[in-house]
Amino acid sequence: MSNALVTVPKTAKKGEIIEIRTLVSHNMETGYRRTERGVPIPRDIVRTFSCTYNGVEIFSAELRPAISANPYISFYTVATETGMIAFHWKGDNGFSVSSSAHITVT
Amino acid sequence: MRAFRIAAWLLVASTHAWAQPPATDIPLAERRSGYEQMKRETRAMQDDDTSNPATFWVLEGESAWKRKTGAANRACSECHGDAAVSMKGVAARYPAHDAKSGRVINLEQRINACRIERQQAKPLAYESRELLALTTYVARQSRGLPIAVAPDQKTRPHLDAGRATYHRKIGQIDLSCAQCHDQHAGRHLAGNPIPQAHPTGYPIYRLEWQGVGSLQRRLRNCMSGLRAEPYEYGSQELVDLEYYLMWRARGMQVETPAVRP
Repeated sequence: MSNALVTVPKTAKKGEIIEIRTLVSHNMETGYRRTERGVPIPRDIVRTFSCTYNGVEIFSAELRPAISANPYISFYTVATETGMIAFHWKGDNGFSVSSSAHITVT
Repeated sequence: MRAFRIAAWLLVASTHAWAQPPATDIPLAERRSGYEQMKRETRAMQDDDTSNPATFWVLEGESAWKRKTGAANRACSECHGDAAVSMKGVAARYPAHDAKSGRVINLEQRINACRIERQQAKPLAYESRELLALTTYVARQSRGLPIAVAPDQKTRPHLDAGRATYHRKIGQIDLSCAQCHDQHAGRHLAGNPIPQAHPTGYPIYRLEWQGVGSLQRRLRNCMSGLRAEPYEYGSQELVDLEYYLMWRARGMQVETPAVRP
């Protein structure tokens, strides 16, 4: 079972602007909520997201408590070469999820 | 004599009301899914499985479907095979009559009955992640199919009970479901558009919940909003209301897993 969904075009022309969409499964508990008994619920969020294209970081983001559950991040890049686009999410309590997609550039 | 005439008229009127839907019902051709009232961005979330967070529940449901469980050490797939084939159209005809209990049960109760009888496992709690995942996965197989709840002699009392609940004023606010969702659908309540309340996409990913929830959770939300005491999860009152709502949405397309604000 996958904890992340990424959408990357399978093929692209060299120099083409491509859209990349990502979704990761996470509750994004803000740390500001309390249980019915008044006990604070500790913060548990995704802290960072990064994307590498053949090992070079092309996009990264810091996530904050105000971001909703199951964060959706979409961005654009230029298709430069055939290879692997890799995604990595890191968060509180050792949360770590990786995913990758192959792209063929012609 | 006059009193008799009035009584006779009332009898005619009441049998008429029994046979015909109340005049406030939305005409079949004018029914609209809540999808159509959503913002473009929210619709886009639902339209693409890779941007719909409910996909995680579908994937979890698929794993649960294939996982052996219970004293019988049996997976759903061992009896039912490929869900894409065996579960196609199932959610579109639920809630449905259950011969064993002699009443109408919903999809969650059907799944739990299977767990108890066939897998000899403990029933899953209402709104637990695993029950929602399995229900979403099963209901996903009916996406695009028309809702096909067809009452018969056995289920008619449940339909009527559900209809009565729908039209009963409840809570300190003293409103019935029908007053908002039939008579004022399309208008606004506290800035939010009032939908016609067709349960076409359950379990749904609701932005307000930041997660997937069942139709009963949604119904209980509305009841709390009216400052009424909500019926318990799995209560016959809620199942009958679900049954009535699905019948009311008959012929409309299943959207599961839908996204709603």
